[in-house]
Amino acid sequence: MSALKLKKGSTSHSAYNLRPTFSDVIEKHTLAVLVENEPGVLARVIGLFAGRGYNIESLTVAEVDHQGHLSRITIVTTGTPQVIEQIKAQLGRIVSVHEVHDLTVEGPSVERELAMFKVAGQGDKRVEALRLADIFRANVVDSTLETFIFEITGAPEKIDAFADLMRPLGLTEVARTGVAALSRGD
Amino acid sequence: MTRQMTGAKMVVQALIDQGVDTVFGYPGGAVLPIYDEVFQQNSIKHILVRHEQGAVHAAEGYARATGKPGVCLVTSGPGATNAVTGLTDALLDSIPIIVLTGQVPTFMIGSDAFQEADTVGITRPCTKHNWLVKETDKLSDVIHEAFHVATSGRPGPVLIDIPKDVQFATGGYNAPKPSTSHYQPQVKGDMEAITELVAALETAKRPVFYTGGGVINSGPEASQLLRELVSSTGFPITSTLMGLGCYPASGKHWLGMLGMHGLYEANMAMHGCDLMINIGARFDDRITGRIDAFSPKSKKAHIDIDPSSINKVIKADIPIVGDVGHVLEDILKVWKSRGRKTNSEAVAKWWGQIEEWRKVDCLKFTQGPKTIKPQHALARLEALTKDHDRYICTEVGQHQMWAAQYLNFEDPNRWMTSGGLGTMGYGFPASIGVQMGHPEALVINVAGEASWLMNMQELGTAMQFNLPVKQFILNNERLGMVRQWQELLHGERYSHSWSESLPDFVKLAEAFGAKGILCSDPADLDDAIMEMINHDGPVLFDCLVEKHENCFPMIPSGKAHNEMLLGEADTQGVIDAKGSVLV
Repeated sequence: MSALKLKKGSTSHSAYNLRPTFSDVIEKHTLAVLVENEPGVLARVIGLFAGRGYNIESLTVAEVDHQGHLSRITIVTTGTPQVIEQIKAQLGRIVSVHEVHDLTVEGPSVERELAMFKVAGQGDKRVEALRLADIFRANVVDSTLETFIFEITGAPEKIDAFADLMRPLGLTEVARTGVAALSRGD
Repeated sequence: MTRQMTGAKMVVQALIDQGVDTVFGYPGGAVLPIYDEVFQQNSIKHILVRHEQGAVHAAEGYARATGKPGVCLVTSGPGATNAVTGLTDALLDSIPIIVLTGQVPTFMIGSDAFQEADTVGITRPCTKHNWLVKETDKLSDVIHEAFHVATSGRPGPVLIDIPKDVQFATGGYNAPKPSTSHYQPQVKGDMEAITELVAALETAKRPVFYTGGGVINSGPEASQLLRELVSSTGFPITSTLMGLGCYPASGKHWLGMLGMHGLYEANMAMHGCDLMINIGARFDDRITGRIDAFSPKSKKAHIDIDPSSINKVIKADIPIVGDVGHVLEDILKVWKSRGRKTNSEAVAKWWGQIEEWRKVDCLKFTQGPKTIKPQHALARLEALTKDHDRYICTEVGQHQMWAAQYLNFEDPNRWMTSGGLGTMGYGFPASIGVQMGHPEALVINVAGEASWLMNMQELGTAMQFNLPVKQFILNNERLGMVRQWQELLHGERYSHSWSESLPDFVKLAEAFGAKGILCSDPADLDDAIMEMINHDGPVLFDCLVEKHENCFPMIPSGKAHNEMLLGEADTQGVIDAKGSVLV
């Protein structure tokens, strides 16, 4: 016990004691952030996540409205409900951010990701890879005598499943775009 | 109307059109074209500081004392990096300042040119927003937008990085017009939430107003509305360090400051209340202490213009996003229209309890005949200066807390202190900025000797521009707050918390041509303070005080509001316990 009867290893020797007291269930949320398409805007967004210690599971960004100078950033993040609310509020106060939408809570939404897989193999393994690709509706976009490149689109879980199947068949390289998402209906 | 002019001239023209009368800065290669324009005009006064950090703190002091945004002009590279501490300070305390930095020419950006730094990259996390302007045609609109961003919503620092070729080139200048950008923060609060808060005011048995810097930032009208709400409801009010002056210290509902070194009655009221009305404060860790024991039985309303402040640390039962002034106006309107009700019987009982806490008299101290106690020095400073048109700045540490405890603030914008970032070296340059905003006022910087030395070069600025700022240094030859924590938490191992080779402050003042006063005898204190006040020019007042005085009351980190240490007697057992651990 220390001088002030503080538990050893507590944060009390630090000047801070900011342990959250609300729910500690970790949730995964997909956020759509409409931003001014200007230099440095992506750095502002990811700098916020890095600086405040938030998680980024996936992030995609591209201009979506050339005339309006708007880009759309889709971020998949995890955190307690309080942290998710903070992330949204912190994003909202970046001056270059126009709108923040939490697609996970704002009704049903569709999530898609594109991935490319390079699979190297010969004989049966090569045939099996091709057959599985067909089942997953993956396209062959490049082929040599020893390799295929498959292109697959779908929800992240589907792409994970395809990756699991390709691994024993000679998966050598993966490129994934990260999630793009839209809310359904109006 | 668009006029053609160089980028450098645009900078000066835009500042004039924005109503700027004072700029704090330091020249260098990448801003020479702008300095050439500054030379050729008389509308804007330029204050040459001695270090860019001083320029930013001076602009902060100016902004806080006048309510207008402060402006700085510094060069590229080291000029910009030296501004970073000030920018971060202004970000944490929500102070509107505009920092203009020079940059190497656009065609040299990225080449590691002389005095090149990635200024917008470095300052992105310590500004509210920043811009690198690569086309002269866009410069005037960016500067006008920068003023809009700095002063709208939750105020904060902004930075504009201007490459040297953009300053030389000619382009079209646009005069300021109301901002049409998408950045238009909400100022009106939600009426449903406001009505819910009013209903809570009507029935509360143990209410307390907990106010902060947001009231000051909202403008003097917000302080007026707050005073009306407090006096007509009769509820007690406490404030954070940042909010001192929004309610007068002489007001009968005033509990004093709350928090880690706040008053006993204020913290106990926060702990025991059943309705907490947070107005423009942000539940900082210096305020809340242990979060899971923070005001356990209260309903909490939180008024803040920044939605990210709400539910960040403490869950708000009644969240209201909006400008304090606008929200207070609506609260008063609704409360009056519903018949001005309060639970006066219960509130009277609550005051009875508060009066009991007040009897603890947590700020009492005994001044002996030999050594000046820092509390006594400030009590005398208060007594001898309270009738002046007075502005107080501070550095950071024990003296800052004592100043907050023993000086009384009757009005907003009279108290300039680094609250969020805790920047040693803030107070002296800030006092220069305050004096520029209020040339006739008595401007005092309450300092510790260690903090003061961090920006002592600004004595040259004060002398050059005849700014009669008074530097009231409580000299204990220690980093007092560090020493206090080492005593209480680190086994009295005073690792590097005292200064040897301190300067002779009187001679130091004289070396700059200023006046120095040394005072060590309590009997001489009043005369010495009067001498300081009456001297027409900068004064360095070296007040030798008790070296081992601790700052009380104190909520140790990780403890709750009702676990305050009230004085040395409380720490006695603590130190014994620690002693036994060491053995």
